[in-house]
Amino acid sequence: MTRRLALGSLAAVPVAVVAVFFVLPVGAMLHRGVWPEGSFDPGAVLDVLRRPRTLRVLWFTVWTSTVATTLAVLLGLPAAYVLHRLRFPGRAVIRTALLVPFVLPTVVVGLAVRELISSSGPLGFLDLDGTPTAILVGLVFFNVAVVIRTVGVAWEGLDRRPAEAAAALGATPAQVFRTVTLPALRPAVVSAASVVFLFCATAFGVVLVLGGVRYSSVETEIYLLTADLLDLPAAAALSLVQMLAVVALLVVVGRLRAVPDPTVRRVAAAPTRPRPRDLPALAVTVLTLGLVALPVLALAVGSLRRDGAWTLAYYRALGGSAEGLLQVSVTDALGASLRIAVDATWMSLSLGLVVAFVVTRKVRSRAGRRARAVLDGFFMLPLGVSAVTLGFGFLIALDQPPLDLRASPLLVPIAQALVALPLVVRTLVPVLAGIDDRQRQAAASLGAGPLRTLLSVDLAVVWRPLLAAAGFAFAVSLGEFGATSFIVRPAEPTLPVVIYRLLGHPGALNYGTAMAASVVLAAVTAGVILVVERLRVPGVGSW
Amino acid sequence: MVSLELQGVSVAFDGAVAVDAVDLSVEDGHVLGVLGPSGCGKSTLLRAVAGLEPLSAGRIAWDGADLAGVPTHRRGFALMFQDGQLFDHLTVARNVGYARRLQGASRATVRAEVDDLLGLVGLRGYADRLPRTLSGGERQRVALARSLAARPRLLLLDEPLSALDAGLRGRLAADLRRILTESGTTALLVTHDQDEAFAIADRLAVMRAGRIVQEGATGAVWAHPADADTALFLGCSRVLDPRVASVLLGRSTGPVALRPSALLVGPDPTDGLPGTVRTFRPTPDASRLVVAVDGVGDLDAVGVPGWIAEPGQRVGVRVAEHAVAFLPDTATEPAGSAP
Repeated sequence: MTRRLALGSLAAVPVAVVAVFFVLPVGAMLHRGVWPEGSFDPGAVLDVLRRPRTLRVLWFTVWTSTVATTLAVLLGLPAAYVLHRLRFPGRAVIRTALLVPFVLPTVVVGLAVRELISSSGPLGFLDLDGTPTAILVGLVFFNVAVVIRTVGVAWEGLDRRPAEAAAALGATPAQVFRTVTLPALRPAVVSAASVVFLFCATAFGVVLVLGGVRYSSVETEIYLLTADLLDLPAAAALSLVQMLAVVALLVVVGRLRAVPDPTVRRVAAAPTRPRPRDLPALAVTVLTLGLVALPVLALAVGSLRRDGAWTLAYYRALGGSAEGLLQVSVTDALGASLRIAVDATWMSLSLGLVVAFVVTRKVRSRAGRRARAVLDGFFMLPLGVSAVTLGFGFLIALDQPPLDLRASPLLVPIAQALVALPLVVRTLVPVLAGIDDRQRQAAASLGAGPLRTLLSVDLAVVWRPLLAAAGFAFAVSLGEFGATSFIVRPAEPTLPVVIYRLLGHPGALNYGTAMAASVVLAAVTAGVILVVERLRVPGVGSW
Repeated sequence: MVSLELQGVSVAFDGAVAVDAVDLSVEDGHVLGVLGPSGCGKSTLLRAVAGLEPLSAGRIAWDGADLAGVPTHRRGFALMFQDGQLFDHLTVARNVGYARRLQGASRATVRAEVDDLLGLVGLRGYADRLPRTLSGGERQRVALARSLAARPRLLLLDEPLSALDAGLRGRLAADLRRILTESGTTALLVTHDQDEAFAIADRLAVMRAGRIVQEGATGAVWAHPADADTALFLGCSRVLDPRVASVLLGRSTGPVALRPSALLVGPDPTDGLPGTVRTFRPTPDASRLVVAVDGVGDLDAVGVPGWIAEPGQRVGVRVAEHAVAFLPDTATEPAGSAP
């Protein structure tokens, strides 16, 4: 009884935080839309949904997300095989490098792809600037890493012998893949595809930078409607549609993931040397690596060239305030970003640790298990709700006492911590769930109290994943743009916001400075993630 | 007529030789057992035959045709794993029918064949179960049915029964032998368990450290191990040099190896060779003793049923020659080299 009470009160802390800082703002935003003049009026929502522009935006979001997800899976599967089942020199370096796009700030990704395909860029001859293809390239760029990680980790632990048994029964390699390997990978592929679809459908920075005024997704449309047009009912209607779609997607995914036998036999299969029949997979991997490396290279080169000559002018401009355009210099913005990221990291880490601890405890009763499942889903909510909605919700919900936080320096870190929370929880839960409960029982039987048990069993295992999660939260916070763009104080902008402001103003120097700032931001994020990868936490970055 | 033929087959992993110049052959319709301690390379040998490990030297042929370059799925050799390796996401019926569906057999044909095979392995009515709901023995039966369904030219068995408990192992070994004989299947069995090998195989090859040290009909290998190590591996407890062996058997002989049941001890010192009890330990089916036989030394023995001996007691020791293995003269090892 006391145990249940203790667990319940422990769970109450993150629930309260998420309720106040997530459910309340998002609810306020929706309330604004569905009760426009203080009375319930769903007709307004339906009216918005009948607008041709809304339909166009919805359709654009659905098809770009679908195509980008398909491409990411098609490119990611062979790469996952090559990078996790084959053995060749440089494998570890490539695997590490492929984790970087996943956490690269979306604004930076957008800018890098734009630099790659702009008329003066290396792929300018393809004339892709301002086309949906550019957006697809951007979406695939930072999501293919998710597929490679998630599927790769599953593939790595896949027992080789069922496939050998099938081959011995006369199955060709293709038949083995279809009847044995693919079914075993299905949960991982479905997870990866659904998360990628979610990321694509709620992508903000990439679409904003690459779509220009012609192409808009649901997420950028919400931004446009709230920030520029002040059409709140329409924005709320779109948010509502987005949320319902996300819930529906998660339900469908839950069904698809269900397999006849969920138990997974994990083994450490030794990777093999590449054979001639691995050539197609190797070719796709090289293509994928090119897709990931080219925009980054284009960005780095672009930031160093002016009028056809090499220069550091853009980097020197980082210390200034872009001829008064910005209220602060780029270096100041980087400082602000780092300070905010530190706050967001400790917040999401302490929240995530409590959540992960609660949802991995052994529960005996059926009701307890159900409560745990609901909690688990509750904390994944920020994954599916538009960051723009969250940011705008903060503005309208947290502006009255006792929750007047508009001027508080903690507002931005809180929002970013919530955005990072699902990632933190997903990094910690598998590790905590993997601890055999008998270890704790053994410690207890040797005379260790609950706290001592926690220290000697749980902490011993969880400190590395905890550091990894901290790195992820830090990187996510550094790159967060959707929510931050609403609530950041004008005098203290973060680096992504500054980059976007620079992009919004004409002039080669502004554009170049934006590129230089992007390189700096990318380098900092990549540095953090490389340290995370050194920790060698199993399954980092997989879903 | 010889079907499978291995000539000088070697397999190496990063330079470490696991299988070293093995020559073997299996005749049509026969079962060859490769018996060896764990780590001797026997599983690697089996995987090489299946085409799952590349050879570093030598040749594997079927009916005279070299199998080099023939991938696993075209060899027609079904491999049955130690733990079955059933496809967990498929029902029992779909597991068993897997190979035939790949071959393009019609749905009705596959169902009929699956029913027959499930009957053969004693699992009628299990068609719609999932592998995880089966016991270890049932899983192995399904794995056997699945391998047989492929109508393999050769069945490769990798320790098919060693994951099971002792009682079940005995029963399933007898079933396996019956099924292989009835279906006339040619099979290659590798195992570390001599009981499994004796119950299933017609011929035995003893493997040690990557090499075949002895090959022959099962009974012949049992009665005449090639050397002391082989004798000890085949369940003998002591190897005696010719001098001691001659005293014990009362006639001139080469070295011999004794199974634990080779010496029977009774309370009458005049019945057989005289000796003194060192230790006495009752077990459920017989009592086990160590007896210092006069002029021979300490030997393991069993006591007559229902008799309790005291250490220091004078006793008589009789030799049961059916439990004595005769080694070639070159295999000399000092008495008491038991592990």
